[in-house]
Amino acid sequence: MALKTFKHLALAGALTLAGVLPLAAQAQTTLLNVSYDVAREYYKDYNPVFAAYWKKKTGETVTINQSHNGSSAQARAVADGLEADVVTMNQATDVDFLAEKGIVAKDWVKRFPNAASPNYSTMIFLVRKGNPKGIKDWNDLVKPGVQVIIPNPKTAGNGRYTYLAAWGYALKKNQGSEVQAREFAKALFKNVPVLDSGGRGATTTFAQRNIGDALVTFENEVYLIQKELGADKVEIVYPSMSIRADNPVAVVERTVEKKKSRKQAQAYLEYLWSPEAQDIAGRYYYRPVVAAVAKKYAAQFKPIQMFTVEEVFGNWDKANKAHFVDGGSFDQIYQK
Amino acid sequence: MAGAATSLAASTSAVAVPGRARKTAATDEHPAIKWLLIGLSVTFMVLFLIIPLVAVFCEAFRKGTDVYFAALVEPDAVSAIKLTLITAAIAVPLNLVFGVAAAWAIAKFDFRGKSVLITLIDLPFSVSPVVAGLIYVLVFGLQGWLGPWLQAHDLKVVFAVPGIILATIFVTFPFVARELIPLMAAQGNEEEEAALVLGASGWQTFWHVTLPNIKWGLLYGVILCNARAMGEFGAVSVVSGHVRGQTNTMPLHVEILYNEYQFAAAFAVASLLALLALVTLGLKSFIEWKTRREHEVLPLEAPREA
Amino acid sequence: MTPRPAKRHNVLPGFGLSLGYTLFYLCLIVLIPLSAAFIRTSSLTWEQFWGIVTTPRVVASYQLTFGASLIGATINAVFGLIVAWVLVRYSFPGKRILDALVDLPFALPTAVAGIALTGLYAQNGWIGSLLAPYGIKVAFTQLGVIVALTFIGLPFVVRTVQPVIEDLERELEEAAASLGASRWQTFVNVILPVILPALLTGFALALARAIGEYGSVVFIAGNIPMKTEITPLLIITKLEQYDFVGATALAVVMLVISFCMLLVVNLLQWWANRRAGRES
Repeated sequence: MALKTFKHLALAGALTLAGVLPLAAQAQTTLLNVSYDVAREYYKDYNPVFAAYWKKKTGETVTINQSHNGSSAQARAVADGLEADVVTMNQATDVDFLAEKGIVAKDWVKRFPNAASPNYSTMIFLVRKGNPKGIKDWNDLVKPGVQVIIPNPKTAGNGRYTYLAAWGYALKKNQGSEVQAREFAKALFKNVPVLDSGGRGATTTFAQRNIGDALVTFENEVYLIQKELGADKVEIVYPSMSIRADNPVAVVERTVEKKKSRKQAQAYLEYLWSPEAQDIAGRYYYRPVVAAVAKKYAAQFKPIQMFTVEEVFGNWDKANKAHFVDGGSFDQIYQK
Repeated sequence: MAGAATSLAASTSAVAVPGRARKTAATDEHPAIKWLLIGLSVTFMVLFLIIPLVAVFCEAFRKGTDVYFAALVEPDAVSAIKLTLITAAIAVPLNLVFGVAAAWAIAKFDFRGKSVLITLIDLPFSVSPVVAGLIYVLVFGLQGWLGPWLQAHDLKVVFAVPGIILATIFVTFPFVARELIPLMAAQGNEEEEAALVLGASGWQTFWHVTLPNIKWGLLYGVILCNARAMGEFGAVSVVSGHVRGQTNTMPLHVEILYNEYQFAAAFAVASLLALLALVTLGLKSFIEWKTRREHEVLPLEAPREA
Repeated sequence: MTPRPAKRHNVLPGFGLSLGYTLFYLCLIVLIPLSAAFIRTSSLTWEQFWGIVTTPRVVASYQLTFGASLIGATINAVFGLIVAWVLVRYSFPGKRILDALVDLPFALPTAVAGIALTGLYAQNGWIGSLLAPYGIKVAFTQLGVIVALTFIGLPFVVRTVQPVIEDLERELEEAAASLGASRWQTFVNVILPVILPALLTGFALALARAIGEYGSVVFIAGNIPMKTEITPLLIITKLEQYDFVGATALAVVMLVISFCMLLVVNLLQWWANRRAGRES
């Protein structure tokens, strides 16, 4: 009698499968946006706005599916066959990886304005209410007795930007001395008690587990966290300078060729520069690139001196090779 | 796994102990030691099992029952639950058939290389789930062996439902087989041989003699297999593609909610999985009770005495 | 593989079919995909491979992974034995519930277990806040890794030792007692030798399970290189760097170790069965 139950179960399973799979396989203009972890809320709002615009313009209904995970893990999944029409990442290195594989255009940076980055952010600090440790700038983070929460630069783009920001700061303060920068990075990471594997994990450690005096993360994340936790618990601190964190986008050539969805994919990304989309970005505390909208949100962000990865490190590839590969400057911090 | 396998035999005789009632003072510990040992076990279990379980449910209901149930009926949650059920509905029967075949070959026959074969069957159990996911990407991914061919024929394996099912089959691979091998070995071949001598065909023997003997052990293996299939995170995460509403299973949905700062909702879905674990354990107890009753009618020798 | 000339002639049908299917399914699901990892690594020379798998950071992660797994399995061996003994020999209120709960770590998704344990053992958690005044930190230290690995390995020792304690012949204990042995002497000289093979099997299973664990550990470990970084995390780290070959090299090392561990487990079981066979 046990077997009868199994048969029924199997039958039920087969039926459910038959009921669900065609739904997933529906072919009419569906776009898949493969994106990084913390962009969920932004694209959740943007997708219906684009769908409405596209419907009005062409009469065509477009459905957008979202996939979110760590930025590099997503690039890898696309390289391994995840059928993304567009990728929206938080570091150029992940799009470069796809370009190298011939999956996105080699000149993807030139395909859209602003080096294909419709908005950007920067790395700033979140501290406990009243700022008991008096943290004002990067050099306050390396003081003994201060605990800083930063995600692992090897696994999180978030941590990578923070590392490069601290390095860049040290270079500028020490007339470009690599040795000093290395010491600075070492001192900074000596103060990191937990290296979470992702940005949101780091936030949880800081906010829920109550560990650390400061959290370094994206500006947009900092504002979201403050909203979540309440201004009576945490304070936002802007350092004197920081790194510009672009959010590059690209059309996935391999998929749009095959699915004949180039037109929609291109439009989907182009529309990110529209006032509506820029406005959504501003609402989620990303810095808009379109001047008119940027002006509207200017009061929301404090001005801060920003340098780019290219200015300080040449390009992402060089930055990765010098700092994050096995045996790079980050690994050396932990070597005895 | 072997642990799970033997637990069945364990509780069967657990009830037999009071029945035997042969306790003598000479083989009993001092009451103080007895209660010390009980105290130690209970403390250990409370610390490592019960408190974490309670914590999951506390977190889930922190924002009230409304948030709890809202989290469970949200469309993405529903599709995650559906996908998890589908995955289990396919992976479990496949491993069931394999388990029976493997147990038949290993328990009923003698051949060279048996322990290597058993070890290979056990292997998925100790392979890191991340590696389990990775190897499927290496085989079916576009940069892997079969990827380009699959792409050319418009077939999707990794980052689609088939990949999730394959990874789940991998991590739950040994469960049914591991449950059945010791059970069938202990039962020996006599009953089947008798049936064959009386003129039954091989299949008839299997359906009418072997299957009734192993059905509860089989069901127990299936239950464990099912629990693990629904709860698998690491391997599935690597092959899933994380497309919302399409390739997210329940454990992946928990992670997403957790990463979106929706802690109560995350734990609500997690508590559903914990609830599943508890139902599983309940079913297991029921099966043990059932087996026990059958054993009282038809006493079976325990493996070790065989 | 043909049936070895058995002690008695085997008349059962279906050997070819069942073994054939077993091997086919095993190859399809396990062996071919696993061989992909080995073949990917073969693009490395031996020196390169050795270099990757023996860097100080990787070696530190082996130490943590194996050290913590060993400690976790040892804790499980000691307490698992006590729990099994208590569950078999004594009766007390709530015993059946306790018995049923032993399998919980099996069914609870590891990520959920990790998050729940981290919440409990963090300094502001239920248990962590009790330990904090004594300066004991669990979450985000090596202790946390041990806690997580103890949790996931808990069922194994209990479930392998339980049936053996069931089968213990009370007559032996009675005989020992009547010959004047103390309860402790009886335990060490009479009971322990009988349950030792099962205890070792449970220990090895818990160890094997712990070595591969990822989901629950990353939440509680803190992931500091050289200190609280486990090997499976390093595999992920390498993947994040697009270092596929490096990742598979580490995976291969873990696979080989897993295989050896399990072979030991199965040999232990074989040894135990032989012993049992000889004694009866």
